[in-house]
Amino acid sequence: MDMKERMKLPRHPMPEQDPKVRARNFDEVPLGYTPETAKEEALRCIQCKKPTCIEGCPVEIDIPGFIKLVAEGDFLGAARKIKEKNALPAICGRVCPQEDQCEVLCVRGKKGEPVAIGRLERFVADYERKQGEVSIPEISSSTGKKIAIVGSGPAGLTVAGDLIKLGHEVTIFEALHKPGGVLVYGIPEFRLPKAIVASEIDYLKKIGVKVETSNVIGKISTIDELFEEGYDAVFLGTGAGLPTFMNIPGENLDGIYSANEYLTRSNLMKAYLFPEYDTPIVKGKNVAVIGGGNVAMDSARTALRLGADNVYLVYRRSRKEMPARAEEAHHAEEEGIQFHLLTAPTSYIGNEKGWVIGMECLRMELGEPDASGRRRPVPIKGSEYVIDVDTVVVAIGTGANPLIQSTTPGLDTNKRGYIIADEEAGQTSREGVYAGGDIVTGSATVILAMGAGRKAATAIHKYVMNK
Amino acid sequence: MAAKVLEKEQLSENVFKLVFEAKKIAKKRKPGQFVVIRIHEEGERIPLTIADADPEKGTVTVIFQTVGKTTTHLSGLDVGDEILDLVGPMGKPTHIEKVGTVVCIGGGVGVPCVYPIARGMREAGNHVIAIVGARNKDLILMEDEMKAVSNELLIATDDGSYGFHGFVSQALEEECIKKGKKIDHVVAVGPVPMMMAVCNTTKKYNIPTIVSLNSIMVDATGMCGACRVSVGGKTRFACVDGPEFDGHEVDFKQLIDRQRIYLDEEKQSMDHYCSCKQGKGGK
Repeated sequence: MDMKERMKLPRHPMPEQDPKVRARNFDEVPLGYTPETAKEEALRCIQCKKPTCIEGCPVEIDIPGFIKLVAEGDFLGAARKIKEKNALPAICGRVCPQEDQCEVLCVRGKKGEPVAIGRLERFVADYERKQGEVSIPEISSSTGKKIAIVGSGPAGLTVAGDLIKLGHEVTIFEALHKPGGVLVYGIPEFRLPKAIVASEIDYLKKIGVKVETSNVIGKISTIDELFEEGYDAVFLGTGAGLPTFMNIPGENLDGIYSANEYLTRSNLMKAYLFPEYDTPIVKGKNVAVIGGGNVAMDSARTALRLGADNVYLVYRRSRKEMPARAEEAHHAEEEGIQFHLLTAPTSYIGNEKGWVIGMECLRMELGEPDASGRRRPVPIKGSEYVIDVDTVVVAIGTGANPLIQSTTPGLDTNKRGYIIADEEAGQTSREGVYAGGDIVTGSATVILAMGAGRKAATAIHKYVMNK
Repeated sequence: MAAKVLEKEQLSENVFKLVFEAKKIAKKRKPGQFVVIRIHEEGERIPLTIADADPEKGTVTVIFQTVGKTTTHLSGLDVGDEILDLVGPMGKPTHIEKVGTVVCIGGGVGVPCVYPIARGMREAGNHVIAIVGARNKDLILMEDEMKAVSNELLIATDDGSYGFHGFVSQALEEECIKKGKKIDHVVAVGPVPMMMAVCNTTKKYNIPTIVSLNSIMVDATGMCGACRVSVGGKTRFACVDGPEFDGHEVDFKQLIDRQRIYLDEEKQSMDHYCSCKQGKGGK
């Protein structure tokens, strides 16, 4: 195909489950490219001499490099190319906000639509996994250094993947019974199948990473005790595990969940398969989800799949300010989630048994921009109204879980409780202790946590080798 | 991490004691702390207070009542069986210091929870009065153990079949407070109505009272907020801020409501478990 023809190729849409069908099942929504579609989409990449897309990638994947291999039909080669920089491509291909990262910088996007980099990454990783030919990278000879990683989310997994290849002995400590952090407790099955997370973790285990689940660091061992046990460095990637509530009247009524609890019950504990699985979840008929981020979308779409008649997404600003990925909001709306924008709850109404039956809301209008640069929502006086609900999910963000900080003397935190770590290396105020991901930045994305993990791994390697 | 059952004992009709191998937890745990268990792949996570531990042998003891599917399943385990996960020690340890006379009250299956606290209080040099209560004589737990760690022991039964005839809160008022014993501190662990009654009594006499709350939990690391309780008008998490709180500040009514969230599902789960057990030996 010559360049002219290639330039004419339109961006290939992602085949998806029909919204009406998928709104009632937990199967993955996007179905993935076929090899033919992938090759054709790959041909849309014009192989820029100075590829700007790479600059948008927090882990600097050689994007044109792997896409060229896809176009040539060498899918396994493409997978190896991605894995030079990213140990978790099947995950990133699904949950990265490509529209704000690599794809927003794609030259093809200037006059038309960018190359579907994320979809190609996903295709390549899935292809490799399905072939059962997952390539094992070269591992350096043993350095004799021991690294402890606290938390098995995206940051911790990235650090583990990088350091094991450099010949260190790596152990991940995970508080929950399954590794993966937010990838298993937070992101639902229909957006990120858990079998994929498990296989990415199996890959790390195969190359030598030890994973100790059900180990709550800060309780069973402190950071200082890890050093006493012989670890040469510690990486903290504990995530933002502390739910935020609005502190409005009635918030502790039965039927009101934090998004963390709602999603953990459904995803980690598989409450959607109750009673085959033991953990229950309230299957509300009229469910309100408070918030406008990805977690709010995940919660709303979960509620629908659990059998709700009405799911309201209640967000205090307008659609434009919504922090959720455009694709997530679009999927949610397609499935029938009802958006109540410029609306904020002020209190909850309960019945005599302590169950929530209503939510009093106030309408908002947008005022001057606030510190985040987004226009501030201002209540409209006298606009109170009540929505009938039997279940509420509060998805307005998370804070810093203090378990580690409170048991580690000399580990500095900022006034919001997040660990202070320098941006370039993840170095904390304690020697040999590094941190990255949500526990440093507050709630962000999987790929940003992975980017922080990548930098910290480089710094940890340098530190232990010079020790 | 997985944990093996080393010992098992039935203490009363519905109460069982299991001793698990858990070396690290046995060394670390302090009075007032708990573990979270998950029996099998499809299992839920439930918190159980650590009744005792032996750091030398590397064992942790839990004592529980069969109330639902998971505890019933747990009671059916035999020595040598393994559960998939035993996590801990969770929660803040009891604040133990020498204050003078401490009354440690355990109601029903709360006795095993108050036992390590009573021992800690005694070891710290306090005069410990233990009050052990239950509906009737057969349901009184750990009488000998409680006797061994207290200076005085009172038994109370609802039906009067053994010891004081009445609730533990009444025993506290009639047998201790009204008899002029100067009480500096009370620790009460048991069913919520019992803790509430004890707090109503001690409030009258201005005696500081600590209760240990058994809220519903999932992760028990402070991540989900399932266990939230109102204490002094503020929302606190029983798993990481507790499980012990100032009993005079706890909103018990809300706690009772929140413990009932899954009543229907708990029944459904139990029915499912029983029908599975009949069909294929349970899982």
